[in-house]
Amino acid sequence: MIGTIQHLGKAGLNFFQRLGRGHILFFNILAGVHVLVPRFNLVINQVYSVGVLSLLIIVVSGLFVGMVLGLQGYNTLVDFGAEESLGVVVALSLVRELGPVVTALLFAGRAGSALTAEIGLMKATEQLSAMEMMAVDPVRRVLAPRFLAGFISMPLLAAIFSAVGVLGGFFVGVGLLGVDDGAYWSQMQAKVDMYDDINNGVIKSLVFGVVVTWIAVFEGYDAVPTSEGVSRATTRTVVHSALAVLGLDFILTALMFGD
Amino acid sequence: MMNTRTVEIWVGIFVAAGIAALFMLAMKVSNLSAYTDDNGYEISARFDDASGLKVRSPVTMAGVTLGRVTDIRFDTNGYQAVVTMQIESKYNTLPDGTSANIYTAGLLGEKYVGLLPGAATDPCEEEKLAAELEGRPPELEGMECRPGYLAQGSKIQLTQGSLVLEKLIAQFVSKFMESDGSKQETEK
Repeated sequence: MIGTIQHLGKAGLNFFQRLGRGHILFFNILAGVHVLVPRFNLVINQVYSVGVLSLLIIVVSGLFVGMVLGLQGYNTLVDFGAEESLGVVVALSLVRELGPVVTALLFAGRAGSALTAEIGLMKATEQLSAMEMMAVDPVRRVLAPRFLAGFISMPLLAAIFSAVGVLGGFFVGVGLLGVDDGAYWSQMQAKVDMYDDINNGVIKSLVFGVVVTWIAVFEGYDAVPTSEGVSRATTRTVVHSALAVLGLDFILTALMFGD
Repeated sequence: MMNTRTVEIWVGIFVAAGIAALFMLAMKVSNLSAYTDDNGYEISARFDDASGLKVRSPVTMAGVTLGRVTDIRFDTNGYQAVVTMQIESKYNTLPDGTSANIYTAGLLGEKYVGLLPGAATDPCEEEKLAAELEGRPPELEGMECRPGYLAQGSKIQLTQGSLVLEKLIAQFVSKFMESDGSKQETEK
């Protein structure tokens, strides 16, 4: 009995300690970001591995998600004789929800896990300790550029995802199913609002970018320095990022579109 | 690691593609291209019923959007809805006899304000008409001889509010019941 309670307490303490370490790391990274201004090349290298290398998966997924939205939306709308609204359905779902959320999930799987594995392995092979020995702060040298790169890449990737998805919906809706070309775009332009929809979508993707890269970087930095520890940390990155993104998405949606 | 130049070029392409995508979303997908810099002028109209009308609903004449609804308030004086509309300044020659109606786009579509052009009141013409009727020379001294147009702060006098489906059905049903009742009476 006492053992169970002790176990629970230990788990709770562990949880809060990790949470605390995560936040301390977050503020340390933020405090180290300004150091990167004269050494922006570090960030560019990371944008390459985090953003450019994720382009393929983002473009292909965006295209297919848009095409599926076009197909499904058409099947529902055609019953009401409202297939002209297909553009609105595709654009609003992509810009408001699917663009930021699916991009963040793919980003967590593609880039987040790589970040965790990379940093975890640096820790396991004591590269981070070696840096500290040379009086180089690994938080500023290794973590901050990766964090900033994720923050920069995420909204760009989400915008590419949404734009490609709208084109995918266009190919299926107009090309395959015979929705009117002009109606697709004009209805979309009439109903999608720059400030309400697109800006909020970008804000969402910025928030997701911060959260996903933060989780990835922290899990790597906090990993148990063994091969098993790194593999667990990588798994945790993907799981925690996905949960955080979906949960935050609900909160953000309620705040932005709730009224 | 690839050499720095290649990496930088790829990152450049990536950032450009991202910004291009954002630009496409802004211009092609959203209504940003419909926003105009000039603020235009505001006119207002009182409606008995403005149900379904929203801020940013279009204001049209002859099916062309001239502006947007900017504000809908309830006025406790007349128990009416006061709708403020912003009209683009290039459409500055709408006659002041214009009437406003709230219409529905399609069967179940959104509500919009439809303007119908009316006569433009010209004080000189009125004075001439009055003088002719009274058989005296018209006094045009100090009068601005130009037709009246809607301008900043103008109020539209002739309005018709939204048609509420329940009201229409109620009217129809009561008409129907009446005619049914009268028929029964004649049969007696």
